[in-house]
Amino acid sequence: MEKIYTRPSTIREGATSGFCPGCMHSTVHKLVAEVIDELGIANKVMTVWGVGCCILGSGYTTHDSFGSPHGRACAMASAYKRCNPDEIVYSYQGDGDLASIGIAETIYAANRGENFTVIFINNSTYGMTGGQMAPTTLVGQKATTAPKGRDPQQHGYPVHVCELLATLQAPAYLERVTCLDAKNVIKTKAAIKKAFQNQIDGKGFSLVEIMSNCPTNWGMTPLETLEYMKEHTLKEFPLGVFRDR
Amino acid sequence: MEKVFMKGCEAIAEAAIRGGCRFFAGYPITPQNEIPEYFARRMPEVGGIFLQGESEVASINMINGAAYGGTRSMTSSSSCGISLKAEGVSQAASSRLPIVVCSVMRGGPGVGPITGSQQDYWQATKAHGNGGYKMIVFTPESVQEAVDMTFNAFEYAEKYRNPVMILIDGVIGVMMEPIELPDMISDEELAKNKAAKKAEYCIGPRDGRTQKHPVEVTDGGPMGKNHAAWEMYKGWAETETDVELYMVDDAELVISAYGIAARIAKSAISILRAEGYKVGLVRPKRVFPFPEKAFASLCPEKVKGILDVEMSMPPQLAEDVNAATKGAIPMDYCLTTYGVILNRDDIIAKAKEMLDK
Repeated sequence: MEKIYTRPSTIREGATSGFCPGCMHSTVHKLVAEVIDELGIANKVMTVWGVGCCILGSGYTTHDSFGSPHGRACAMASAYKRCNPDEIVYSYQGDGDLASIGIAETIYAANRGENFTVIFINNSTYGMTGGQMAPTTLVGQKATTAPKGRDPQQHGYPVHVCELLATLQAPAYLERVTCLDAKNVIKTKAAIKKAFQNQIDGKGFSLVEIMSNCPTNWGMTPLETLEYMKEHTLKEFPLGVFRDR
Repeated sequence: MEKVFMKGCEAIAEAAIRGGCRFFAGYPITPQNEIPEYFARRMPEVGGIFLQGESEVASINMINGAAYGGTRSMTSSSSCGISLKAEGVSQAASSRLPIVVCSVMRGGPGVGPITGSQQDYWQATKAHGNGGYKMIVFTPESVQEAVDMTFNAFEYAEKYRNPVMILIDGVIGVMMEPIELPDMISDEELAKNKAAKKAEYCIGPRDGRTQKHPVEVTDGGPMGKNHAAWEMYKGWAETETDVELYMVDDAELVISAYGIAARIAKSAISILRAEGYKVGLVRPKRVFPFPEKAFASLCPEKVKGILDVEMSMPPQLAEDVNAATKGAIPMDYCLTTYGVILNRDDIIAKAKEMLDK
């Protein structure tokens, strides 16, 4: 009998992802792994892990990888790719990592048009450290360091990474997607594939922002987070293509 | 071998390239700008990569990224910039990455003046980042020594899979001297080295490799990594100290100094000796591992005092010297600070005061 669906080759056999129930990280890992297999690049992929929940992927996937200090993945990936142009390099980062402590590294890698791929998970919170206010926390959304909710007078407004990077000339591809339902998972996979294909084609900096949830730190059931995302998150962070060339 | 006349910072950059450095990232800060500027001009000629980072933090992380792929990589900065690099150097010590960091000291603490200083001895030798790591720290007293030490630094970094520091001051960085440059390591040799190191450092199962972590925490249990590093640091005390004993045999007064301070002290010693004062110098050519035995073996019956000469207040080298002698020999000081260069006459006056007592 023909095997038509199987574990992607770079998801470790017998591994559990370690993510909380209902978290979209593991879905994204699977999509990335599927894309890697479909593009036939498993033997030349280097992952640069950010700091946060995303690093759990290092025990879950089997391709080459190294970790970065908090926020520095884009700097490390820039250098690795320049020294090893034949390899396929991607960073995998959350919003605290990429959009707060690492915003300079992100902007300048994008501005140099570095030829690597960024998988950016935006769940509006610092997941691993326990739900502190993130650069992407919505106005009014509660966090352990904003117990009454994000107040623009005190905390400013959420940072929109795709829109910010779209002010630069160099980036090749910027798209915001989500994994909240099957239709969007398929769109997310297509975006990830395009971001990797761009690198193979030498087009330069490609970033996919994936709107995600955090049932644990949002204090909701997984299903409630999906409703919250539809009603609030996606209104603040509209899906779409911000750059494609 | 051909002699060339070069500025310290530029000579260091050329020596690094000849020693196989093919990735450099840095950020502007005086008095070391000539290092990144030289790399920017020279790297394209040798197929290397120069990147001006958006910050010191980005630059150090860039060279760590390059090092993961086996490329010999380096960064440089000065004092407050080296502080910012602490994150990445600490990470390199943890991930056991062979990077070379050149620290060109200016005044401090804080932003400090841009002129040469020796205010960052503790920063270099006592682990300036978190986690309590150590590096071999080279402290040349001349441009030629800076060239030789930089050329060899990559070998040391790779031998121990650990960051290595070249610690100079703004004086050596900007002064010009005639030097002999070592021969360039060939591209073939470098390519072979890169492939071997990459296979060693990469952690995935690519090309049939076994999945591994550079220094696997299970290798000796959860404490294994730091235990192995500590054993390495201890081993260096036996194998990696480097010290110059200058006219110490009959000395009644011994000067402790390194780098440019030692160079000035030697000039003072020649004058003092001509006047009959028996003065010598113990000069660490590497301030870590510290050449403890050289100081511990000084005889308190013969050596009346140690004159610690540094361009730093508070004196920093002095603490290691006193720890080595266990305080058995009284110490006095000739110091400058805040980017003021030592005056030879002040050393001479202080030495006479100590010996004429």
